Amino acid sequence: MSARMSRARRAVLALPYLWLSVFFIAPMALVAKISLSHPAEARPPYEPVFSFSDGFAVALEKLRSLNLDAYRGFAEDSLYLESFLTSLAVAAISTLITLFVAYPFALALARAPQRLRPIFIGLAVAPFWTSFLIRVYAWIALLKDEGLINHALMTLGLIHEPLGIYATNVAVVIGIVYSYLPFMLLPLYSALEGQDPSLREAAADLGATPAEVFRRVTLPLSRRGIIAGCLLVFIPAVGEFVIPDLLGGSDSLMIGRTIWNDFFANRDWPTASAAAIVLLLLLLGPLLLAERLRLKDERLDR
Amino acid sequence: MSAPAGLAGRTALTLGFVFLYGPILVLAAMSFNASRLVTVWGGFSTQWYFSLLENEALLDSARISLEAAAVSATLATTLGLLAAVALTRFGAFRTRSLFFGAAHAPLVLPEVVLGLALLTAFVAFGFNRGFLTLVIAHATFTMCFAAVALTSALRDLDPSQEEAAMDLGATPLQAFVLVALPAIAPALASAYLMTFTLSLDDLVIASFATGPGATTLPMRIYSQVRLGVTPEVNAVSTLLLTFVFFLLAVAALLRRRATRD
Amino acid sequence: MAAVPLLAVERASKRFGSVVALDEVSLDVGPGEFFALLGPSGCGKTTLMRLIAGFEAPDAGRLSLDGQDLSALPPHRRPVNMMFQSYALFPHLDVFENVAFGLRRKGLAREAIKKRVEELLEIVQLQGFGSRRIEQLSGGQKQRVALARSLAPGPKLLLLDEPLAALDRKLREETQLQLKQIQRRLNTAFVIVTHDQEEALALADRIAVMRAGRIEQIGAPPDVYRRPQTRFVADFIGATNLIEGRVSRCDGVWFVAPFGQIALGPCTLVDGARATLSLRPEDIRLSRDGDGLPGRIAQASFRGQSTLLWVALDAGGSLRVSCAHDAGFVQGEAVRVAIPPDAGSLFAEDSR
Repeated sequence: MSARMSRARRAVLALPYLWLSVFFIAPMALVAKISLSHPAEARPPYEPVFSFSDGFAVALEKLRSLNLDAYRGFAEDSLYLESFLTSLAVAAISTLITLFVAYPFALALARAPQRLRPIFIGLAVAPFWTSFLIRVYAWIALLKDEGLINHALMTLGLIHEPLGIYATNVAVVIGIVYSYLPFMLLPLYSALEGQDPSLREAAADLGATPAEVFRRVTLPLSRRGIIAGCLLVFIPAVGEFVIPDLLGGSDSLMIGRTIWNDFFANRDWPTASAAAIVLLLLLLGPLLLAERLRLKDERLDR
Repeated sequence: MSAPAGLAGRTALTLGFVFLYGPILVLAAMSFNASRLVTVWGGFSTQWYFSLLENEALLDSARISLEAAAVSATLATTLGLLAAVALTRFGAFRTRSLFFGAAHAPLVLPEVVLGLALLTAFVAFGFNRGFLTLVIAHATFTMCFAAVALTSALRDLDPSQEEAAMDLGATPLQAFVLVALPAIAPALASAYLMTFTLSLDDLVIASFATGPGATTLPMRIYSQVRLGVTPEVNAVSTLLLTFVFFLLAVAALLRRRATRD
Repeated sequence: MAAVPLLAVERASKRFGSVVALDEVSLDVGPGEFFALLGPSGCGKTTLMRLIAGFEAPDAGRLSLDGQDLSALPPHRRPVNMMFQSYALFPHLDVFENVAFGLRRKGLAREAIKKRVEELLEIVQLQGFGSRRIEQLSGGQKQRVALARSLAPGPKLLLLDEPLAALDRKLREETQLQLKQIQRRLNTAFVIVTHDQEEALALADRIAVMRAGRIEQIGAPPDVYRRPQTRFVADFIGATNLIEGRVSRCDGVWFVAPFGQIALGPCTLVDGARATLSLRPEDIRLSRDGDGLPGRIAQASFRGQSTLLWVALDAGGSLRVSCAHDAGFVQGEAVRVAIPPDAGSLFAEDSR
């Protein structure tokens, strides 16, 4: 096999690569460039704007006006820092709660009678295919002060005042847990279902109680599923927009919303872009590293 | 399973399904509630469904969403397949990391960031925002999901099948089309379904990427929700949910039929 | 062996990273010959097979078929076909379409394809199975479809990768017979790759015994069995007793073993040379009283047509001996072990 790619292969690679270059790489490069610009009252609302009609001198001058101001602003702006930390905290808490809610469910699914399992897992995952927006929206009706949950609890006499969950971080967490449950469920179910039952039988045979069997056999063996599920929930949750916007209040500012507001309401594209680039590097970096390592492993195996 | 474990298991299952389906069922119930208020049951009524039929804006946006989903899903599945083939079979090539990063970024990037990037690009390129930019944006962000699913399916393939095909005289391309593609057909269908629903569902990226005249259903619902809960939104939501459930049931039946033969 | 070989492998070498899979391997296969590549896993037989099929290219050396250099030909253009160990049948096509696959690639007319497929199904005794789906077939039937499929395009040489490995014992014997019959009938050269020496001995006209990327010996089964050229071949093929000792040329030619002396036939080794003697269990004579080394039956294992005995020699050491099933030796019995001169094979110490 020659080191250079054959023509057929290049054709296969060309289409997606071209598409991604035009519609992802170029836009991200543009965002990076905007993050080095400063805001302006113009269309588009930033300066400088390069154009093909610029002469060399003009282009050079525009280049010189690029700076890292937006990044400095981003780092110093307490609003952004706060949103960032809030996002991380809310995402982390939601991930943990999702794990605790999903694990027993996944375990019960994995131990259900063999012929029922596909039906059950299908039913458990089906909501994931329906509209995300609609499912979050359903919680508004449930969590509002005049909503169903408060109404039911007050009618039962358990509380005298509405719980006031709506428009707080608590509601956001509930929303995230509910929406992302299938993402945690599937890897957990997969890991638990694939466990060899004879391992548990061996442990029991050697004197372990059911609780010990769980703690020493089932739980450790499901570690991969736990990690996968947590990543699948945590990473998207950090950048969530819809859930904090619909269920959260003015005190629950998460980075997704902050960027949106900066972009549309404040028309401060440079700062929003800077935040976006920082997020890109933070989230994409580990992923690329993991893939590099995986490729290296694969090459060693041959 | 021992008796206590069985009971715990059944409780977990019940609680789990109640949690998952509770809000959905409440929504469906509310769509038949004659009263506008959640807490008051005004009697069974289908009036909201009828008023929905007259709500041109909602119906129009539903049509746009479905069309955009169909087109972008086709694009995304094709692009995702090509990307998956390149990533699983071409070994290490120059700039592979860049390609991998670009093909997988939407998985980890917040939708706000992706939407922002696409909007600035459309503005800079001078594209008029509308249905075309909507489809492009959706295809771009959903293709990575297709790529991941298809990468996994391609890795699971038994290489000796394609080798056998080549041994019998098929060129590498023929071997792929005649042997590998049929083998990953379920994954292709699943990728199509996934990219279709992702597009149908999307709010954030559509908001950035689309233009006047191409408002999607989620965007309509979102703007109406901000104004207040309208029962027509409940009705269209219930319809949408039913539609998706119907699709899933059909898919499951097809799979059952395929394995039984 | 034909004067003009069908397949000629000349000093083929292949390495994967730091592992040398093939080290200057050369062999010939004649037209219509049933050839076996035999060796333990890791010996390079699979690599060689893939080189012939075209799925790997040699780092050095040359492979040619009918005089034509194969290196220019990718697998889909070589007149060589392969029957895969896992069968690799296409699950989405029925039996007919599987067998017809190679023919369709050639662009044959519909009638011609139909005729050829039916011809092959008849050869493998699966007439009428054309419309069956692959998952409905038994293991043995799948194997026959795989064979029919790989023979349909009429290759000059067929490679078979561990063809009998997945079959149970009884089916294996039947299939061995069928394979041999089909090969004779079609007069196509077959090259089987196997780790099972019984299979190689039963099927092949000639065997190449391989180890660690090299060929240790090529020969017809009786030659390889009775006149092994290296210690490895003696040990790998059939059962044997390997005895370390010295050659002594004092008063004749003797092999000095730990337990005593054994007369040897003519040999080239010098007096005092260290060597290994390979003795097959069936070449050792046991008697209750008579000439030979004294010993005792340590264990008797009934094998149907014969009995395998472990004899502990009074002078130390033990030997495996095979005798007739009705010889009647029992555990603990005292016996005499006689080794006819020239019964075994002698290998110098440095002969791996």
